[in-house]
Parts: sequence; structure tokens; C-alpha cells
Amino acid sequence: MKYQTVIGLEVHLQLNTKTKAFCGCSTDFGKAPNSNVCPVCLGFPGSLPVYNRQALNSAIKLALAFNCQIQEHTKFDRKNYFYPDLPKNYQISQFDLPLSRNGYLDIYTQNLPKRIGITRVHLEEDAGKLIHETGCSLVDFNRTGIPLLEIVSEPDLNSPSEAFDYLNSLKSIIEYLDVSDCDMEKGSLRCDANISLRLLGAKELGVKTELKNMNSFKGVKDALTFEVERQTQLLETNQELVQETRLWDVEKAVTVVMRTKEGAKDYRYFPDPDLTVFIIEESMIAQIKAQLPELPQEKMRRFVKEYGLTEYDAKILVSSKNDAQFAENCIQNYPGEDKKEIVNWLIGPLLSEANLRKVKLHALNLNTNELISLIGFVQRQEISYLCAKNVLSQLIDTGKTTQDLIQEGNLQQISNADALSEVIETVIHENAKSVSDFKAGKTNALMYLVGQVMKKSSGKANPKVVGDLVRRRLS
Amino acid sequence: MSIDKETIRHVAHLARIELQPNELEKLFGELHEILGFIDKLSILNVEQIKPTSHILPISNVLREDELHVSLNSDKALENAPSKKGNFFSVPKIIE
Ligand SMILES: [Zn+2]
Repeated sequence: MKYQTVIGLEVHLQLNTKTKAFCGCSTDFGKAPNSNVCPVCLGFPGSLPVYNRQALNSAIKLALAFNCQIQEHTKFDRKNYFYPDLPKNYQISQFDLPLSRNGYLDIYTQNLPKRIGITRVHLEEDAGKLIHETGCSLVDFNRTGIPLLEIVSEPDLNSPSEAFDYLNSLKSIIEYLDVSDCDMEKGSLRCDANISLRLLGAKELGVKTELKNMNSFKGVKDALTFEVERQTQLLETNQELVQETRLWDVEKAVTVVMRTKEGAKDYRYFPDPDLTVFIIEESMIAQIKAQLPELPQEKMRRFVKEYGLTEYDAKILVSSKNDAQFAENCIQNYPGEDKKEIVNWLIGPLLSEANLRKVKLHALNLNTNELISLIGFVQRQEISYLCAKNVLSQLIDTGKTTQDLIQEGNLQQISNADALSEVIETVIHENAKSVSDFKAGKTNALMYLVGQVMKKSSGKANPKVVGDLVRRRLS
Repeated sequence: MSIDKETIRHVAHLARIELQPNELEKLFGELHEILGFIDKLSILNVEQIKPTSHILPISNVLREDELHVSLNSDKALENAPSKKGNFFSVPKIIE
């Protein structure tokens, strides 16, 4: 690779307050058009905005979790532009005195830690929603004025997959903080990207493209990947790159130039005279800091230390707050000091069941005690691991007890040589080729024969015992 | 500091104000005077004065996160120049 990719991300996050940023209208999603509106959020003359205390708290919480310096003196500014989704013809935002600056986020990317700088986290408000019809555009102002945070990263990300990992870490922390529902489909988390390429080792940044209209983290990654290729090709063929905004077209999997409006970037920011300044006292910061929950990184380190998990396993379990809670509950209830077995079940069969059902681990609605009971049956060699995985699936589907499912399915493991001998004879008889292969020294053939016995016994045979018996029979 | 007519046209466009030629002349004179007036600040020593962003000496005015009664959509749409169902309707916007 001749070029270095330089990416910075801008995330817009809706806070999960009950009411909007500057008025008491509900933030409920999916209500009838223009039913959550009032003179303030419709920008009627004479109305007066007052900021939401909960939104300020959530914002400080998030800024602290991202290791930002909270500014002692902060204020709101007006960002002026005309667009039908913006009833006041300005957006209340922050310009020169943002809530917080100079933070960072420690992420793991390709299994290595990396620190990504956070330039600033500032407060603003959302715009309305436009629906384009033939001949006219329709405006719904329900979303107008919902409190937003803008989280701007430094251009520290050097590949599309790093950007993807950054977004996942960011989302994980926000979930832990419980300040937003982070739902990209509902638009409560949105992401724009700046991307440029430069020759490896070059100091100056290359000409950048701003990417918009990505509707998922994967969309961000795909759009960035496309841009890396497009820009590389232009540079390689000595064509000029232009600074421009491009939109991701998910259907065609390409980025296309956005037609820019003349003077669109001339926002003429000025302090909003309707809103007072904010002095954020040390005591207020200390109070909010004390309320911060244990964040994913800390929880991961604790899982490693307290329960002897590997970093890899711990990272998987802590990525979602609810999953971490579910996992910790299982681990704590699992008898004994050695937690390896239960962790293997969580990372292995449980996670596959969750993926299969397209839900999170905790949403499997699995009773912890039944899971632990099931693992006990396997450990005492009363049922085979194979059967146990089936029982797990049924536990989730039926809500019955482990005990009942094993009895009903007549799944008790067969370890008795006499009980197994008939099946073993049949398998040896039917697989003469494998038998001679094994005798010729091919150990894989033994695995195959054991597999056949397992199959014939509906997974109930004890594979270890079967292996011993077959080996003895053929030697 | 002075201002040229091109800048006035640009600012007028940003504010979506349509200026007639005689209005442009008038504004040219007025803005010139205003900027001249503001220029007087440059002769003052303001080194010791903190920047002011708000004229009132109050800070941290906040409201609790409590619902109020919103307008019903009929009322909200009452003065709309154009509407369709519960939506405000505007000339088609294409990006
Ligand atoms: Zn409102």
C-alpha cells in the first residue's frame, strides 16, 4: 500500500430524554405527523427556548465517558441556513464554546488497542423529517428539536474496518450510559465520514471527501471502502481530486456526488440571545462522574481478573450491557472457582443459538439455573455434549426444565460397553473401508467410525467410551 | 472596515432577501455607517474585558424533563400556506 487512509467520523446522537431539547414536547418515535409540536419547536415568533436539564446531564455523562474536558463556560449559537425541515431557519448548535473537547476513545482493532482522539462533543437540536412526493415535499416536525449530541473524532482512523470498530465501541459505551437507544434504523444514531488519502509518510492531508447517507455501521464501512478504491484510482492515474460531499447509494453500492448549494457552508454563527450561557461547576462534574456506570473496558478487565476469563472471551461478553449482566449472573451462579466451563457455553452454544435467532444473548430468555443444571449433566457424563446442545435449544424454545427434557427425550448417555456393542458391530460391518483405513494407520478413520456410532445412537453414546471400544475391537 | 455591493448582495441572498437596485444603494450607505460605528471599538483598549455572549448576567437556566401539552396537529397546521393530511407541504426539494 502506497497510500495512508485518513478517516474522521462525525456522529449525531439523539438523547433519550422524555421531552425535546428546548420545549416539553414528547420525543416519542412514530407518532402521527406534526402531533409532537408546539410554538417553540415550530419556531413561532415570541416563543422562548429553555434547555432540558436531563439532556445536559446526559451530555456531560457521555463527554466524561469519552474522556473529554468539560468546558467551564459553554453557550448555544445559531447556525443559519434555509431548509424546509428547519422551521426557525437556524439550528441551535454550538460553535466556538462547545460543551467539551479533547477526549479519546480506546478501541480494539484487529485485536490491538488503539486510542482515537475525540475533538469535541457538543449540544444541538435535530431537524424535522422530509418526505418527497411527486410535485411536493411533506414536512413532519415531530423530530424537530430533539436533543442531539455531535461527537467529532480526530482523523485518527486509518481504515474502513477501524472506523467500523470505533463505531461499535462508541455504541457499546453509549448503551452502558443509557443516554440514547442508538438505533440507526430509527435515526437515533447517524454517522458522516471524512476521508482522504495521502502518500505514506506525508505530513499534509490529502483532499477529503465528506460521505453522507449511510444507514448502518456496515454502510459506513462499505462507503469508506468504496471511497478508498475510488480515490486510489484517481491518484494513481494522476487525476485531480475535488473536495466534495458524496452520498452513499446502498442499492448500487457506490458513492455519488451531492449537488452542492451555492454558499451552503456560510452559516453565520452567532450566540443565541434566547438562551443563557452555562457555567459548568467542578462540583456538578464530580457529581455526574460519581454516577458513571462501570464501562465496557473496565468490566472486561474485571471479568479477566475476577473470573479468570481470557481477554478475548471477556470482550465478547461485555460488548453489550445486558449481555454482560446476563453472563455475569450465569458466571456468579455457576458453582466452584473454575468458570471456564460456563464461559465456554456462553461463548459457544449460547451465542450460536442467539445468532441463529437473531437476538442478543440476554434476550434468549434462558433460565440461568437450567443452563447450569444442563452443564452439570454433561460434566457427570450423564448426557453427551451433542445431546446437551439440542437440549439447550429446547430449553430456549419450550421453557421446560433440563431434567424433564432429558427424561422426555430419553437422552441419558450410554457409556455401558454391553449396551453399545451391538451398534459398534453394525457400524464396523457397514464400513469396511474405514476399518481397513484405520488398520492401515489412518487415525481419521477412527473419528469417522465414532461419528457413525454417535449417529446411530441419536447422539446418546458416550464418544469417549465408543472411541475406546472401537479401538480395542479393531486392534 | 468597508463593505462592497457584492458582499451586500451575497448577505442578502443568504438571508433570502430580494433587493431592488434602490434598496441596495440605501443599504450600502447604511451598512457603511454601521460598520464605521462598530469600527470605533478598535480604538478602545478591551484587553481586560471578558468577551460577552449574552447581555444578561444570568446563567444555567434549565427546565426539568417534563412533558407539556403539545399543539394538536389541526392547530399546528392552521396557518400553513399549504398542507396535505397532517403534513406541511412545500415545493419539492431535491438534493
Ligand atoms: Zn415543542
